[in-house]
Amino acid sequence: MSAPTAPTEPVPTEPAPTDSGSATPSRDTAADTAASSSERGQGGVELHAVTKRFGETVAVDDLTLSVESGEFFSMLGPSGSGKTTVLRLIAGFEEVTSGSIEIAGTDVTRAAPFDRTVNTVFQDYALFPHMTIADNVAYGLRVRKVSKAEQKERVAAALEQVRLSHVADRLPHQLSGGQRQRIALARALILQPRVLLLDEPLGALDKQLREQMQIELKQIQREVGITFIFVTHDQEEALTLSDRIAVFNNGRVEQVGTPREVYEYPQTGFVAGFLGISNLIDAGHAERLTGVAKAISVRPERVRLMDARTEPATHETCVDGTIVETVYTGPTTRYIVDTVDGLRVIAERHNDHAPSDTAPYHRGDAVRAVWVTEHAAVVP
Amino acid sequence: MTVTASPSAPAAAKSKPLSTLLYRYRWVRLVGLLSLPLTWLIGLYIVSLALLLVTAFWFIDPFTSKVIPGFTLDNFVLVFSEPAYVTTALRTLGIALAVTLLSAAFAIPLGIFMAKLASPWLRAVLAVAITLPLWAGYLVKILAMRITFTEEGFFNWVMAPFGITGPGFSLFTVVLTLTYLWFPYMALPVYTAIRQIPVNLFDASADLGARGATTIRTVVLPLLWPALLAGSVFTFSLSLGDYIVARFVGGANAQMIGSIIASNINLNPPVAAAFSVIPIAFVVIYLVVTRRTGALERM
Repeated sequence: MSAPTAPTEPVPTEPAPTDSGSATPSRDTAADTAASSSERGQGGVELHAVTKRFGETVAVDDLTLSVESGEFFSMLGPSGSGKTTVLRLIAGFEEVTSGSIEIAGTDVTRAAPFDRTVNTVFQDYALFPHMTIADNVAYGLRVRKVSKAEQKERVAAALEQVRLSHVADRLPHQLSGGQRQRIALARALILQPRVLLLDEPLGALDKQLREQMQIELKQIQREVGITFIFVTHDQEEALTLSDRIAVFNNGRVEQVGTPREVYEYPQTGFVAGFLGISNLIDAGHAERLTGVAKAISVRPERVRLMDARTEPATHETCVDGTIVETVYTGPTTRYIVDTVDGLRVIAERHNDHAPSDTAPYHRGDAVRAVWVTEHAAVVP
Repeated sequence: MTVTASPSAPAAAKSKPLSTLLYRYRWVRLVGLLSLPLTWLIGLYIVSLALLLVTAFWFIDPFTSKVIPGFTLDNFVLVFSEPAYVTTALRTLGIALAVTLLSAAFAIPLGIFMAKLASPWLRAVLAVAITLPLWAGYLVKILAMRITFTEEGFFNWVMAPFGITGPGFSLFTVVLTLTYLWFPYMALPVYTAIRQIPVNLFDASADLGARGATTIRTVVLPLLWPALLAGSVFTFSLSLGDYIVARFVGGANAQMIGSIIASNINLNPPVAAAFSVIPIAFVVIYLVVTRRTGALERM
C-alpha cells in the first residue's frame, strides 16, 4: 500500500467572494485584465528551485512549491527547518540566493516587500507601539494615501470583522495577547492582499485561546477567500486548520499533502515521527512480521492490545511483548510495549471503560500488540 | 520549602547589630543612603547656584569696582536693553539649536545603520569611533578644528583645486565644532533607542507598503523622541554654555553668551550673573516646550 491510492481530500478552492462574475475555473494565471481573470491563479504562490543561504548555512535548499489560490496552506516543521525563511522570502523581507518566486502569476523574485500583493501577520504581532489601534490598522491605507474618509470607513469595518471596535483608541500595550493578534490580522487584511502570510501567529497564546483563535482564523479565511500561508511548528494546529500541509525539515520539504495524506501516509520517517506519535518499524523487522522488506509506520490508535494467547485474525499483524509503561492522558491511555525482538510499540486506547475502573492492562503484563496489516503505511 | 528565621530573632540581633538596626528603622537606612548625595546636591550645587542668582541683584561701586550687596534690577535691564547683548543671546540660541538639529540629522541614519544593518564587527568599530573623541581633551578637539579650518589649514588646502574656500573662523565653524564636541551625547542614546526598536516593526512597515523614508518618518522618529530629547538636552545646554569654541574658531562675529559672561566675570560680577540667567531660562523654556509636545509622556 502506498500513498497514491490514498483517499485524497478535495482541495477546497472556494472562489473568493468578490464581485467578479467569471465562474469558469480556467487555469491561465495572467491576471492583467481584471474582467477576464479567473478566481484561480489570483492568489497562487509558486516557488521554483528557491535556495537561501545565510553565510555558510543553507536555510532553504532548492525548494519548489506550489500554493493554490484560496487554499489554507501550512508550512509545518521544527524550528530551524526553514519554514519561516520561506515565508520571509515570499513576503520579500529576505532575498533568494537563487531561484524565483511568483505571486498571482507575477514574478516578484526581486520585488521589494512594499511592491508585493501579500501581507503578513507577525509572530509577535509587530504592532506599532506608539500608534493607537485605529492608526495601526489604518497604517497601510495611510501609506497609500487613501482618503481620510475611506480610511475611517475601512478601519471601522476591519475592526468590526475581528470584533474589536471598542478598542480603536487604545494603545497596543493595553490589549491582551489575543486582541493584539486579531488587530495584527485586521491590519494585514485591510489592504485586501491576495495572499496572507501568517508566521506562527498563535504561538504566544495559551492553549484555550489558541484553539478559539484557530476557529476564528479558519472562519475569516473562508469569509475573505484569499490564500493563507501559515507557518507553525504545532502539528495539531496544522492538521486542524489546513487544506494542505508542507512538512519541512532541514530546509527541504519532506512531503506536501492534505492533513489526512501526511498523517496517514507519511512518505518519510521524519514526517511519520513529526506528525503525532508513530510506530516506525524498520525494513528488517517489517520483513519478519509481514514478509515485505519495507519500513512501515503504524499509528498507536490503530494498535490493539490483547491477551498473549489470543490468535489474531488472518488480515492482522501481531507482535508479543511486555508493557513497560502506561501513560494516562485523560481521554486515552498509552501503553508502551517492548517486544521480544527489540521493537518498541506504542498502543493507544480510548478510555471507554467506566470512569471508576482502571485500565484493563498494567505495567509488566505480557500482551500481544495487533493491527490490521493494511493499516500500516509503507514509508518509502 | 524552608522556614526562614524571623529577623528579630535574638540570635540574629546578637550577631549583626548594625544590620538589624538598619532593617528595623527605615529612616536610618534613608539617612545612610542620602546623607552624602544630599550634602553634595544642596550644599554645593544648589547653594552656589542660588548665590549666583542673588548676585545678579547686587551692584558694584563705580569707583572701587567692589561688589556691594543690595537689590537692583539694573543688571537685567542692561542685559535686555543693550542691543549687542540681545543679539548675542539670540545668536547663542540659534547656535545651540543648529548644533542640536545637526547632531540629530547625523545620529539618526548612523544609528539605523549601526543598529540594524552593520555587522557586529563594524558596529563595534563605529561605536568606538563615536566615543573615541570623548577620550580626547576638550581643548585638543577645538585645536584640531582650528587647525583644519585656519586660513592655510587642511580644508582650504584640499579644496583649493576645486576653487572652494572654507568657512574660516566663523559662526558656521562654531556650529561645526560644537557638533563635533557634543555629537556623542546625541549619537549614543539615539543608537541605543534604535537598537531597542524590534526589527519586525521595520518589516511590518514595509509589508504594509511603506518605503524606507516613510518608515523612518512614521515609525522610527516617533519611537526615537525620548532618545532625541535626552540627546538634545546635552547638545543644546552644553552648546548654550560654551564660549571657548567661539573664542578659538569663531572669528570676530561669533560671540556667545559665555563670551560676555567670561569678560564680565572679574569686571562686573553682577552683570555676569544676570547674563547667566539667560541660558538657564532658555533651558527651562526648552524643557517646557518639549513637555508640551507630549513626547515625554509617551515612554
